[in-house]
Amino acid sequence: MSLRGALEAGRFAVTAEIGPPRGADRDAVGRAAAHLRGWVDAVNVTDNPGAHVQLGSLAGCLLAAEAGLEPVMQLTCRDRNRIALQSDLISAATLGIPNVLLLTGDHPVFGDHPEAKPVFDLDGVQLVGVARTLRDEGRLLSGREITPRPDYLIGAVENPFAPPVRFRAARLGKKVAAGAEFCQTQFVFDVGGFAAWMRQVVDLGLTQRCAVLAGVGPVRSLRAHEFLRTKVPGVHVPESVGRRLRGVPDERVAAEGLALCAETIAEIREIPGVAGVHVMAFGYERGIPAILEAAGLARRIHAR
Amino acid sequence: MRSTNGQAWARPFRPRLTARASFALAPLLRPNAAYRAVAARLERAPRALRLFTALERRGKEALFGCAMCGQCALPVTGYACPMTCPKELRNGPCGGVAPNGDCEVHPGVTCVWVTALERAEEAGHADDLMRLQRPVDHRLTGSSSWVSYWLGRDEHLWSAPVDLGMPRMFP
Repeated sequence: MSLRGALEAGRFAVTAEIGPPRGADRDAVGRAAAHLRGWVDAVNVTDNPGAHVQLGSLAGCLLAAEAGLEPVMQLTCRDRNRIALQSDLISAATLGIPNVLLLTGDHPVFGDHPEAKPVFDLDGVQLVGVARTLRDEGRLLSGREITPRPDYLIGAVENPFAPPVRFRAARLGKKVAAGAEFCQTQFVFDVGGFAAWMRQVVDLGLTQRCAVLAGVGPVRSLRAHEFLRTKVPGVHVPESVGRRLRGVPDERVAAEGLALCAETIAEIREIPGVAGVHVMAFGYERGIPAILEAAGLARRIHAR
Repeated sequence: MRSTNGQAWARPFRPRLTARASFALAPLLRPNAAYRAVAARLERAPRALRLFTALERRGKEALFGCAMCGQCALPVTGYACPMTCPKELRNGPCGGVAPNGDCEVHPGVTCVWVTALERAEEAGHADDLMRLQRPVDHRLTGSSSWVSYWLGRDEHLWSAPVDLGMPRMFP
C-alpha cells in the first residue's frame, strides 16, 4: 500500500529514513531498502542531511523505487534557489516520485562545507506553497503555466519542541494552509511534550487536513546520545533518556535504546490524532523491523 | 565538527525601539497623497532618491538592524527584522532554535523569531505571524521600501492571517 493509500484509509502509517551513501555506490540504497521492504509504507531519502554531501535525494529515490519501496523525496531550501527547486519538483514528478517532503534545511555552517554559500531563496513554508501551486494550478512561481501537472503528495516537517514552543502548532498551520498534506516531526523523545503539541494541532483542526507522523529513532550508544543531545540543532532529548541508557551495563545499551524506541512508538500510537510514525535510524535500517514488531506494528502487506 | 564561526552570516537583531513604540509610530509612515507625491518625485530624481534611501537605511539599521531587502516585513513581524535571521526566514522560526531560544547559527543570540513573537504578543499583534509571507524579490535589495510602500507596491507581500477552513484531505 502507498503512503497516500495508508493515510486515506486511516491506517497507522510507517515511514522510515534512508541516508544515501557518500560515495558513488549503486547498491547502498538497495541494501538498506531490502531490510525495510514490507515493513514501511514509504521511505524518505534525505537531501544532504546536516549539510553533508551525499548521493542526491532524487537518485536515491529512484534506487529505492527500484528496490521495491515507495520513495519520499526530501528537498531543502539550503542549496537551491527557486529555479532549481521548481525544476527538482518537476523532475521528481516526471520520474514518478509520489511524495515530496519539503524543508527549510540546516544551515551549511553545521556541515562538511561550512564555507558554502547558504541559499534560502525560499523558506519551507513558501516551498510548500510553490509545490502546491505547481500541482493544483499548473503554474510556476513566475505565473507561467506547465502541463502536464505534477501529482505528488506534499509533506512538510515541524519541530514540536523548539522555541517558541507556543508557536509550533500554528507554524504547522501555516504549512497546512500553504498545502502540506502530511507532516513528519523532529525526533520525539519527550512523549508528554509531543502529546501537548498534538492537542493544539488537533484543536486547530490541522489533523483533518494533514496527517501527522511522529519522528522516532533508536539511540544505540551513549556516544550517539551525546551527539544527538549536543550536536544536532533542534533535537530535544530529556534527561530521562540518558538516565535510562546509563542505567544498564555497557553491552546492554543498544538493546535498551531499541526497547525505548519501541515503547515510544507504542505510546505515540495512543495519542489522539497521530497518523503514523517516521523512523530515523541513522543507517541502522536492518534493526527497524524488530523495533516495529516490538512496538506491535505488524508487517504490512507487500505493496509491489 | 560544529563550527562556531558563523560571524559572516546575518545575525538576529534585538530592536532598539519597543514594540509598542514601533506600532505607535507606524501610522506616521502610512501612505497618503503627500507621501505618494514625494515618492513619485523621488523616483524621477536619482540623487535625491539615493539620499533618501541612505537616510532610511541609517534609521532602520540603527533601530531594527535593517538589511535593506527593499520590501519591509517589520509591520507584521512585531517590528523584529526577519532578514537578520541567518536563513532570512520570513514565515517564522526554523526547527533548529536551541532550548533556551538561541539562534542555531549564533549561540548566545536570541532567535529573531522568538523576539518577534514576544514583541507581537506584547503589542497585541500575534495574529500577524499567521500571514503567509511571499518569497523575497531580490531585485529590490538596497532600494527604499518606504518609496515602494507609498506607491502601493508592497500590497502583495503577505496574505491575510491564514484561514484554516480548508477542505479535508484525509478522514
